[in-house]
Formats: sequence, C-alpha cells, structure tokens
Amino acid sequence: MTSETLMMNLLLAALACFGAGAAGALLTARWPGLSRVVGHGLALVGAGFVFALGAAGLMGGTLRVAIPEALPVGGLALGLDRLSAFFILVVAVGAAPSALYAIGYTRAYEGRCSLAGMGVAFNAFLAAMLLVPLARNVLTFLALWEAMSLASYFLVMTEGEREEVQRAGWVYLVMTHAGFACLLAGFLLMARATGTVDFAAWRGLSAGLEGTLRDTIFLLLALGFGSKAGVIPLHVWLPRAHPAAPSHVSALMSGVMIKLGVYGLVRVGFDWLGVGPVWWGGAALAVAALSAVLGVLYALVEHDLKRLLAYHSVENIGIILLGVGAGMLFQSYRLDDLASLALIAALYHTLNHATFKGLLFMGAGAVLHATHTRNVEEMGGLIKRMPQTAACFLVGSVAISALPPFNGFISEWLTFQSLLLSFQVSAPAVNLVFALAVAALALTGGLAAACFVKAFGITFLALPRSEHARNAREVGWTLRAPMVLLAVACLLLGVAPSIVLGPLNALALELTHASPEAHFGWDALVVKESFATASPLCLAVALVALLGAIPLALRVLGASARRRVYETWGCGRALQTARFEYTATAFANPFKRVFDRLYRPVEQVHVDAHPESRFFVRTITYRHETRSVFEDALYRPLIRFSQQVARRARILQSGNVHSYLLYILIALVTLLVLAR
Amino acid sequence: MGEGWGLLAPQSSLLTFLSMLTPILIELLQVLVIGLGAPLLVGAVRRLKARLQGRRGAGPFQPYADLRKLLAKEAVVSENASWIFRFTPYLLAAVALLSALIVPVLTARTPLGFVGDIVVLMYLFLLGTFFLALAGLDAGSAFGGMGSSREMAVAALAEPTVMIAIFAVALRAGTTSLGGIITRYQGDALLLLNPGHLLAFIAFFIVALAETGRLPVDNPATHLELTMIHEAMILEYSGRYLALVEWAAGMKLFLFLTLLANLFFPWGVALTLTPLALAFSFLALALKVGALAAGVALLETCVAKLRLFRVPELLSGSLTLALLAVVSFFFVR
Repeated sequence: MTSETLMMNLLLAALACFGAGAAGALLTARWPGLSRVVGHGLALVGAGFVFALGAAGLMGGTLRVAIPEALPVGGLALGLDRLSAFFILVVAVGAAPSALYAIGYTRAYEGRCSLAGMGVAFNAFLAAMLLVPLARNVLTFLALWEAMSLASYFLVMTEGEREEVQRAGWVYLVMTHAGFACLLAGFLLMARATGTVDFAAWRGLSAGLEGTLRDTIFLLLALGFGSKAGVIPLHVWLPRAHPAAPSHVSALMSGVMIKLGVYGLVRVGFDWLGVGPVWWGGAALAVAALSAVLGVLYALVEHDLKRLLAYHSVENIGIILLGVGAGMLFQSYRLDDLASLALIAALYHTLNHATFKGLLFMGAGAVLHATHTRNVEEMGGLIKRMPQTAACFLVGSVAISALPPFNGFISEWLTFQSLLLSFQVSAPAVNLVFALAVAALALTGGLAAACFVKAFGITFLALPRSEHARNAREVGWTLRAPMVLLAVACLLLGVAPSIVLGPLNALALELTHASPEAHFGWDALVVKESFATASPLCLAVALVALLGAIPLALRVLGASARRRVYETWGCGRALQTARFEYTATAFANPFKRVFDRLYRPVEQVHVDAHPESRFFVRTITYRHETRSVFEDALYRPLIRFSQQVARRARILQSGNVHSYLLYILIALVTLLVLAR
Repeated sequence: MGEGWGLLAPQSSLLTFLSMLTPILIELLQVLVIGLGAPLLVGAVRRLKARLQGRRGAGPFQPYADLRKLLAKEAVVSENASWIFRFTPYLLAAVALLSALIVPVLTARTPLGFVGDIVVLMYLFLLGTFFLALAGLDAGSAFGGMGSSREMAVAALAEPTVMIAIFAVALRAGTTSLGGIITRYQGDALLLLNPGHLLAFIAFFIVALAETGRLPVDNPATHLELTMIHEAMILEYSGRYLALVEWAAGMKLFLFLTLLANLFFPWGVALTLTPLALAFSFLALALKVGALAAGVALLETCVAKLRLFRVPELLSGSLTLALLAVVSFFFVR
C-alpha cells in the first residue's frame, strides 16, 4: 500500500465513522441513552483516524482528491500538506477527548432535548473541521466553512429554549456570516485578479497583483478569518456562544474551531498572498497584542467560569497571532529564519491551547455538572469533594498561565525569543513596535496567572460558598478520563516538546523557505545560534528531584514532623463561615481600580434601613458591573445605524402588487442598461 | 557548558575523576552560597536597617536561630486547607534552589546554565508566586485572600518591566543566556557609561524590590492587617512550613541581588573554574551583594510604603525607564 492510498483510506475511514455516527444517532433516536453512546462513540473512533491522518501528514504524507463533477466552479478539490496536516492534528487532539467526554456529559440532556440531533450535529461539526484544512479551491473551502459554522450553531442552540442561549446563537450567527461575507468578497476578488479558484496557484500569481487590490484582499480575508478566530474587536460572539453551548462543544469551539481562523490567517500571510508589505505584519502584531491584553483583562473581572475561559481564548488567540504577525514582519524584512521561528512558536501555541483549553472547559463542565452553577462566587471547597477534577483543572491553570513545566510555557518562551530577536530588523520604529509587543506579552502572562489564581482558588479552595458546592460529588469516569488524558498531554508537551517541534520545524521551513537554524532536541531547545537555550526535560527532572530532596533533608536535620489540624486564625472571632472568605469580586478589585479606564465600572450600593432608624439595616444590595468599550462604541452605533436603514427601506415594502411589478421593471431596465 | 570544565588537566586518574566532579562541585557550591547565605543576608539587612533607624537590632545571625526554632516546632494547619497549602512551601524552596543552580552566582559557566535562560528563570519565580497565592486562598481567611490578590496584582504589573529590562540587557549582549550576558559584558570597558545599561539597571532594581516584597511596595516588617501583602499570604503558616517559606523568600532576595550584581556589574565573576578564580568571584559577590543590600536597607529607611494603588505608578515608571533603555539601543547603534 503506497502512502497516498494509506492516507486516502484514513480519510475515508474517518469520514465513514462520522457518517455512521450521525446515521446511528438518528436510527437510535428512540432510545436516547443508546443514541448518545452510538453517536459520540463513533465520533471518538473517527477522531482516532483523524489523529493518524494528521500525524502521517505531518511526517510528510500527501493526498490529492479531485472530483470535478461534485461542485460547480472548479469541482471538489482536497489536498494535504504539512500545514493542513498540523491543523488536522489539532482537530483530533480536541475532538477525541471531547467525544469521550460527551458520552457521559450528554446524559444530563436526556429528556430535555434531542440527543439524535446532537449526535448528528456533533459528527457533522467534526467532519467539517477535518475537511476545512484540506480544501484546495474556493468553493470547496467556502462550502465546508459554512457547514462548520452551521453545525456549531446547532450545537450552541442545544438548550435553545433559554432566552440567553437564543441571544448568544443570534449574535454568533450574525458574526459568523459577516465574516463569511468578507471571506467571499476576498476570495472572489482574488479569483478574478489571478484568474483561478485553485489555491495552489495563488502563491505564484499573487506577487504580480496591484498594491491596493492586494491590500484590499488581505484586509477582507483577515477580517473574515479574524472574526472566526475571535480577535478583538471581532470577539463579541465568543464570550456569549461558548458558555451557551454544552461544555464538550465549548471545548471543541474554543480549542479547535477558532484555530481554523488561525489556519486561514497563516495561509493568507504565508502562502496565498506571498510576502506582504511591512504594515500587514505590523497591523497583525498590534491587533494580536490588543487581543491578548484586553482578552485577559476582561477575563479577570468575569465570574462566570465558562465566560472567563472564553475570554481567555481571545487572549490566547492574541498570543498565537503575536507569533504569526511577527513572522509576517520578519518575512517582509527577508529574515526568513526568524519568520520560521515565530511561526513555529505560533503553531505550537495553537496545539497547546487546544490541549489546555479543552481540559479547562471540560473541568468547568464537570464543576457545572456537580454544582449546577457557573458562578464562581457560589463555589469553593471543591478540591476536597472533586479531587481528581481539581487536580486536572490545576494542571490546565498552570499550563495556560504559561508556567513551567507545562506546555503553555514552552510556546510562550518561543514566542518571547522570536520577539526578542527582532533587534535584527534595522528600523527603529518597527523595533519599538516589537518592544511594545514584548511588554504586552509579559503583561498578558502575569495577568493570566492572576486570573487563574482567582479561577482555581475561588472555585476549588477554602470553604464551599453555597449549598450546591457543599453537596458536590466527583463526576463519573467518562468525564474524568478525557481530562486526565489532556492533563498528561499538557505535561508531555511541556517536558518533551521536541516530539512536535521537530515536525513543526520542517513545516515552517517549507512555508518560509528558511534554512534550518533552530535545534529542538530532547536535551535542549536552542534558538538561533544559542541566542537562547532551555531544557524543559532537565528543568522538570531537577524540580521533581529537589521536591523529593527537601523533605528528606528536613528529616535529616531533625525537623519536627508533628502537625496539628486547627481552625483558621481570624483575629479572635468565634466561628469561620464561607462569608469571611475573600470573594472573586474582591480578588479582582485591584485590577478593576488599576484599569478603571477600560472597565468603566458602574457601582451601585443600596442600603435598605428600618423606617425607625437608619442604623438598623435590613438589607444591602451591591451591584458592580463593568461595561464593554467595544460594544458601546462600535457595535451599538452599528446596530442603531442598520436599524435606521431598515426602517427607511420599509417605505418600499408597500404590499401593493403593482408597485412590486414596477420595481421588477426598473431593476430589469437598469440591469440591461448596465450590462450592455 | 563544555570546554571550561577540564581546567584541572587530566594527568592522573584521580585528577580525571576530580575534573568530572567539577561541575557537580560548582553547582553544590552555588547552592550552598545561596542556601546558607540567604538567612545571613536577611539578618544583615535587618541589622543595618535597625542601626540606621537608631535601634540596636538583633544580630545578623538571628534568622538562623529563627529557622532552627521554627523547624523544631509543631506545624498548625487550618482544617479548611488542602494539599496545596502543605505542598507550596516545598515548591517555593525547590524553585529557589533550582534557580540557584541556573543563576551564575560564582561563575559565568554554570554547568546547568543551559537548562534555562533569564526568561525561564523569571517564569520559575512566577510559578512559586502562583502557588503561594493559591496557598493564601486555601485556608479561607480574609487576610490570605487579600494578600493573594495584592501579590498577584503587583506580580502581574511588574512582569512587563521585567521582560523589557531583560530585552534591554539581551539586546546588547546578543543572548538571553545568563552566563553569556556576563561573558559578553565583562569585555565591555565602557559598560557603565552606557545610558541604556544604567536605565535598565534602575528599572530592574525597582522590579526586584517589588518581586521580593520590599519597601516601597511591601513592608517586610509589618503585620498590620490592611497594609501587608506577602505577610498576609503566609499568615497561616507555622512550624517547618513557615521555616521553608521564610528561607525561600530569603533565597529569592539573594538571587535577585545576585542577578543585579552579576548582570549589571559583571566584574569578578569567574570565567574559568580554577579554585582561585572561584574564591575571587565569591569575594566580589560578597562585596557587590553587600553594597546592594546596604542600598536596600538605606532605601527602606528613607522611603515610606506606597499606598497599594500608587504602586502601579511606580511600576509604570520603571517600565518607562526600561523602554527608554531599549529605545536608546536602537537609536544610538
């Protein structure tokens, strides 16, 4: 069996599994328990094939499928290169745990909504995400892209009877179609200018395009892909849609789907449009830095666990795009080896984010499952009630805060190095932009750590703050197993990054035409002629060894091993209840005060005193809200404007058949005149 | 790593054996200097501060006695706390010792220098801070939570300055490797005349104060509920746990002063691994860190603690200095 037929068989097997999963879920619709196991179980098997396909493709396997009859304008065209294979791998890494998790998690939806419908949408979503990176011409890509958006829309609307979910679904639908319109316009312009709808031909032809046309195409495609990736200010759908969806779908959307926006941006910046002018990379870098910092700042004041995680996706997309933007800038300055380093950092962070964000959303789902609330202020003490979920969530928290020895640290370290190496560009203004990007990335890292101290500490530590949290119990094994799996992946990718960095190096060299410079071995990562070295494996081993040696040393020194369990010290007050604990609101308050220009907090205190005396307080209500600058300044005027336009246009809709006939006549004549 | 180790010429098998042991000995020496020196440093700063303020103060060796007493005592642990509370002191000490292996304390050719550059080092410290803040929340007391929240706010806001100061240093050295920076700077005779270098030093000094919880950001001597940051977080600790936390905090201070001393004033740091060079390096370190510690004591005597919401102003000031250091490189190169 040649490698091409092997790849073909893997693809067909994966698609067959997703098809069978969808069909099986439908056929067993009368038995919801069976339907969820069949639908998601087959999806899990399919994800296994996707993983194999991605891994084989990353090693250099290729694939070509062309069925001209299947679609108009170029037909159905699929192909596989290393970049596509890498994103397919990301899809698999997100999809497999999510499918396993769904088997147990969707039990709670039995009787509330159609599990057959969920099974079909889930399988369709996975199949579409698998095929999007494989698309090789305009129409194939757009059809699959739209299928992906619609399948995820149906999954978001799982609990469509709730008003909050309806609103989220609506915002998602509008934003995703606005993005689609931008993509369509960009693709059509590109196809007209180059005379072909075949992606493979674009790279060679794009250099000959006229400057403003090329810039317009870049902007349109960047807007389209950026809205799917969730960069600020196109992020508004993310914190609404991700919490509204069931947790395994949130994990997929946040971990994988938005990454396909990154895939598009990498294609635009490194493949389709060739090497662009300096401002492309500069703009990407600026938007990335903004997304990273503002994403984490919004996450800090968020107390809905899943919304908090959704804002962190905005932040991490920002970190990924810092690498992509830096790479584009380096390309413009013909520093191809640096461009490849920046691209490696961005892609590695893409994979890492899929692992830890999937893990965290599943952890949040487990907590939601156990406590029936997403509000962190009602949690607490869960580390004793759900120890394994807590340990997994802690691993995810440390990883997303970019702390060693987990995977988030490695990709952030690589991103830092590629930004620091920017001193090789000799243009002071650009150097300053890079310096600000370094500061933004550093601030993001610190704030993310603060945010996850809050998220983990308030949710899992100290005393339970509500009856729900007090009665929480550990979740079943189908929910725990995928979390443990992803936690292990976070550690593995953090300790032995060379497993992925080696193939990624080959990928980046292919895209940027650089010569191999970096060394990513088991022993150490060496960047750019030993500009920087790090050895994640040695670091982890040394840390573990020291952690083991210190208790031994204490024993040798004759330290006391006695321990008394006693109540928390509290200035002599009689008892401790959860009301004495620091809340998430209080924890975030210093940040609120420091960044009050951004949050523009609205604070209301209402004291209801007894009519006899104002010193007898009956209740105090305290409201503290932060407002979104982007919604107030950008989206509300836009919505108001479109409503006004619609109101004006209503005059045309008289309901009179004669006037409609007149419109048709006018339109016909106009077209005839124009087309003459 | 590499060629520097074999300086004891391998003439006999004993010498070969010794030269193989050299890297281990060097690392052991570094850990001993930091680990054993940290309480003395803390004690000396306290003593000097007391003298400057007209008090007699405890002797500089007092922290050793404190640690010994704490180690012998029973540890009281809150009934609300989880394993995080008990694990954190060990992690803090491990992080500090690991840093002592990486930082060029005595020599620029630390055998384990390849394990991490200055960026790795800063994120290692952040790992410790992360867990300490969690431990502060773990017992469920309002003080602990307050300390955690403030500590994370200061740490997060200091992070950009740290990285930009690193950027400024790495720019002129052409590397982020700690040993590499020292090697490169030792050859630069006009180092101290470089405005970028001095600006980066001041910026890094300010964040070092913030990261190690010194005045004007945090007062290490206070236990007043409303003003403490670091002390509020560790309020629940006692016995051997408190001993480890205090020891680790001392080592962190020593490591930051060592970084300031050896990166910005690299003279004296051994480039070769002969016993003489190492002894000289140790003397130079003692002098430089002593001078910096005296500076810290003097500063803590002269300035008052800033209000918490004035701290961001101090940190953004230091960020500006660091950015200027970077900009000066690009415009005068």
